Amino acid sequence: MSRRSEADTTFAHDLPATPMDPDAMAAREDKIQVAMIALCGCWGCTLSLLDMDENLLALLQKVNINRSSFTDIKKIPVRSAIGFVEGGVANEENIETLEHFRENCDVLIAVGACAIWGGVPAMRNMTPLAGCLREAYVDSVTRPLEQPPTIPYHPDIPRITKQVYPLHEVVKIDYFIPGCPPGAQVIRKVLDDLVNGRPFGIPAAINRYD
Amino acid sequence: MSVYLTIDGKTIEAAPGATLIDVAADNGVYIPSLCYMRGKPCLGTCRVCSVKVNGNLMAACTVKVAAGMEVAVDDAEAADFRNALVEINFSEGNHNCPSCEKSGRCELQAVGYELGMVASRFPYRFAKRSREDAARHFFLERDRCIFCQRCVEFVRDEETGRKIFSIDARGWKAEIVIDVALADRMTGERAAEVAEMCPVGCIIEKGRGYDDPIGKRKYEIKSLRQRVLDGETA
Repeated sequence: MSRRSEADTTFAHDLPATPMDPDAMAAREDKIQVAMIALCGCWGCTLSLLDMDENLLALLQKVNINRSSFTDIKKIPVRSAIGFVEGGVANEENIETLEHFRENCDVLIAVGACAIWGGVPAMRNMTPLAGCLREAYVDSVTRPLEQPPTIPYHPDIPRITKQVYPLHEVVKIDYFIPGCPPGAQVIRKVLDDLVNGRPFGIPAAINRYD
Repeated sequence: MSVYLTIDGKTIEAAPGATLIDVAADNGVYIPSLCYMRGKPCLGTCRVCSVKVNGNLMAACTVKVAAGMEVAVDDAEAADFRNALVEINFSEGNHNCPSCEKSGRCELQAVGYELGMVASRFPYRFAKRSREDAARHFFLERDRCIFCQRCVEFVRDEETGRKIFSIDARGWKAEIVIDVALADRMTGERAAEVAEMCPVGCIIEKGRGYDDPIGKRKYEIKSLRQRVLDGETA
């Protein structure tokens, strides 16, 4: 979907990297592969995953996180069992990334309010896109006054969608973890159930939409 | 004289003419509802308390128990029907829990938790409905209204007995309206009760905001299910 030639583009994942320790790589091979990404969101759900503190160590005995903001891997390197996606779909790049996740993950989990119904970014769904752009770039009191009002438009900037969409309106989503952000214990419960082959379920006591 | 009925196969003794949703709660069976308030007349608007009575889907708040009645609450079809009704409310209005003052003390949200809802199966509509702040005690956030009609039926002017809230227009144009002159005669205490009665964040008490910290809000202190099973109004 990229409108720019790949010939003049260098991706971070193509740059030379220090080879990994073979023992460390071997230890990861049998683990359950997990890929993570935030689309149009605030990364709060990813931070919430870190909030599970020492429980993360137990989880990492079973899973290996490949593509994610923690590892700085930019493309899913191997077929993954679980894709952990936060944020809604608000631009072309989000669609491309989400489709990449759907193609490379067995199970996709929509994490957080933005992924499930659009969240805070979806507040713009109440106003036509032209009005949002005008408010942000033309009528904004904080725009730089030394230049004429400009709505950014460049091939390197993904075009934004008319509305912010939940993930499940773009690709098939297998599980949902609500919350803004979901608590660490909810994320842990869902991931722990999935990696141990137990059915998905969020008890009322820990289910939260805020 | 009592009558005997079964709920999920268990025989239960109840007073004839008692309301099914109350009988179930008294016997430890939680049936979710968004419009029913124990002790007040049945409204029957939300249908979220639908269960199978002798094989037919019926709203449990509208059913008077009778001898030999076979009730199924834990029934796949009835449970899916209840879930669908709750999910459609989340899609129809704008139930943005992270930014809502009612979060943590909202019955719609609490019922969602009790039913294990994680997302709505229906497309979210992002409804555009007007807000109103004319009344002394209340904001009306109309895009959160689920048309339960609690405020319409249960809130009246103490002096004249006239209704204060009503529904204007029909279908997708329907909206809750408030008689500002009558509403402004309410005391602050009564206004707080009225705002509390609203099962969503539509009737919001001015000046209250986000008073209760997360973790100490109404349904976090005691769950909706437990309140219903203890015979409380909600």
